[in-house]
Amino acid sequence: MANDAIVQDTLIEGEQTYETITERISRVVMSWKPHGKGFYSLLLIGFLFVNVLMISIGWLLYKGIGIWGNNIPAAWGFDIINFVWWIGIGHAGTLISAILLLMRQKWRMSINRFAEAMTIFAVMCAGMYPLLHTGRPWVAYWLFPYPNVLAVWPNFRSPLVWDVFAVSTYFTVSLLFWGIGLIPDFASLRDRATKPSMKLVYGVLSMGWRGSAYHWERYNQAYLILAGLSTPLVLSVHTIVSFDFAVSLVPGWHTTVFPPYFVAGAVYAGFAMVLTLGIPARNWYNLKQYITDKHIDWMCRIMLTTGLIVFYGYLLEIFYAFYSANIYERFMMMNRFGGPYAPFYWTLIFCNGVAPQILWWKKARYHIPTVFGVSLIVSLGMWLERFIIIPVSLHRDFLPSSWGYYSPTIWDFGMFFGTIGFFLFMMMLFIRFLPMISIFEMRELFHHTQHEEHAHSHAVAAPAGTGGKE
Amino acid sequence: MGYHGEPEGGVYGIAAEFDNPEDLLVAAMKASESGFTKMDAYTPFPVEGLSQALGMRDVRVKWIIFIGGLLGVSGGMGMMYYISVIDYPLNIGGRPLFSWPAFIPVAFECTVLIAAFGAVFGMLALNGLPRPHHPIFDTANFERASQDRFFLCIEAEDPQFDQAEKFLSGVGAVAVTEVEPS
Repeated sequence: MANDAIVQDTLIEGEQTYETITERISRVVMSWKPHGKGFYSLLLIGFLFVNVLMISIGWLLYKGIGIWGNNIPAAWGFDIINFVWWIGIGHAGTLISAILLLMRQKWRMSINRFAEAMTIFAVMCAGMYPLLHTGRPWVAYWLFPYPNVLAVWPNFRSPLVWDVFAVSTYFTVSLLFWGIGLIPDFASLRDRATKPSMKLVYGVLSMGWRGSAYHWERYNQAYLILAGLSTPLVLSVHTIVSFDFAVSLVPGWHTTVFPPYFVAGAVYAGFAMVLTLGIPARNWYNLKQYITDKHIDWMCRIMLTTGLIVFYGYLLEIFYAFYSANIYERFMMMNRFGGPYAPFYWTLIFCNGVAPQILWWKKARYHIPTVFGVSLIVSLGMWLERFIIIPVSLHRDFLPSSWGYYSPTIWDFGMFFGTIGFFLFMMMLFIRFLPMISIFEMRELFHHTQHEEHAHSHAVAAPAGTGGKE
Repeated sequence: MGYHGEPEGGVYGIAAEFDNPEDLLVAAMKASESGFTKMDAYTPFPVEGLSQALGMRDVRVKWIIFIGGLLGVSGGMGMMYYISVIDYPLNIGGRPLFSWPAFIPVAFECTVLIAAFGAVFGMLALNGLPRPHHPIFDTANFERASQDRFFLCIEAEDPQFDQAEKFLSGVGAVAVTEVEPS
């Protein structure tokens, strides 16, 4: 409790009431006015790249995946690199909303909505890749088990089928979690809306939520258990993604450290992305009172921790390559150190292993430009990590006669930057139309802060057995 | 859930408005002690202890989620058993057809999926949502129940409803209003 109180002091700043919290957060949604040049330029950039994405996908569907740089032996390239990268980014959202909720970490309340939105859009971006890299996305439903006239079923012993189940379940559950969190906020917006059209839209979305104590009781039960379900789900998703590699025999993929190392990498990349987006957003919309420097500090610490786990993974891969005395593994590692892609490997080590160490210093964690820079470097680093794992392992495997080289084409880049644009565009629409900070949870947090003060100043708190205590 | 049927006496209930959750909580506890049973509180965020103060206990959501999870795991495993052993057996090097360890990931995902559906749709169904209109929405100032005001409404169905107005006037409410039926 004592520790709680210290933390809470800095979670909401400035003079606040329930009303100001509601007003300040919902203002961003209620009109076009609070949106400045930053918003519009990012919206425009996002929109332009959505068009690039459309063109890339259109051409891909017309010509086939030959337009990409994928070849034999490097049958996986940007498609799977970006899939794994995006899905990893999505994970921070679920971790923030679910694990921190379970741990009763109140500081999550200011960032969870934002992070959950990020999850949804990142998983959308991720999902495009496996769908399109099959080459015939119009028959993607073959991946699901359904009775068909061919009498064929998916092979449930294949990690690629596990992946289909994992990613589709993850997307659905994230959407449910996000949606259920939005219902009470839609009710607030409905009650604040002045335009009849907005009243109608938010009225429909809020489903007639009226904040009844009975409803809240069931709501909290459902929300908490949903968080409990999402937590192992997130770990399972990235574990299964790592099985796509680890269950194979390709040197550089066949390592038992993959599941935890992938999960940590996902959290690492995800928090980097939360910071990358959150820092400008809180600047433009004056939300520093809700997303405080303390929040940034905590996210940096998580990044530092997961970054060290990831770096441990790199070391373990090297150890495994040499200790196993497997010549293919050892060659793979030497190929990473000095092969054709060596500059990328060493950049990766710098981005993920060296640069983030600056976060050990408190000054750096509180210096926003530094944090922003580090989060960009980490995003790049985590992308490079997937690059190192996928084509660098594939392009030179067991037999020198089957070696090749992988280089992405313009369409690979078109689709990659296209999904970044899509993500940006969706995030901007989200900021415009949905409350980017959970309003009801902020009120609850404010209530707790108030209650703490109250309990400290007066001996008499709420009647025994109720309220006040976590 | 006291809105079933036509209320007596031409009102839905009597609502007291509070400007902070602590007063509401105290009022709700007093109301319970005074023997009121058909009442509900409306708050802009979940207030801890409020549902207990109103004498509510409902764990059906948890059971729905649990049953959803059971259906998910048994359905998932059953599906894979049917597919891999009965309908489409593939003999690969004499390996067992029911290679269950390989089925764990999919069975787990099915468990979480069905349980999550149970959580969200179970919660909505038990809460009677979506429900576009409710008499309480016509209460004066009720639009602030989703922002910064806290309401306690004693419903007309309550056996002691004739004492409700007197009771609510004495618990430190900012305002006490009648709620029209609709």
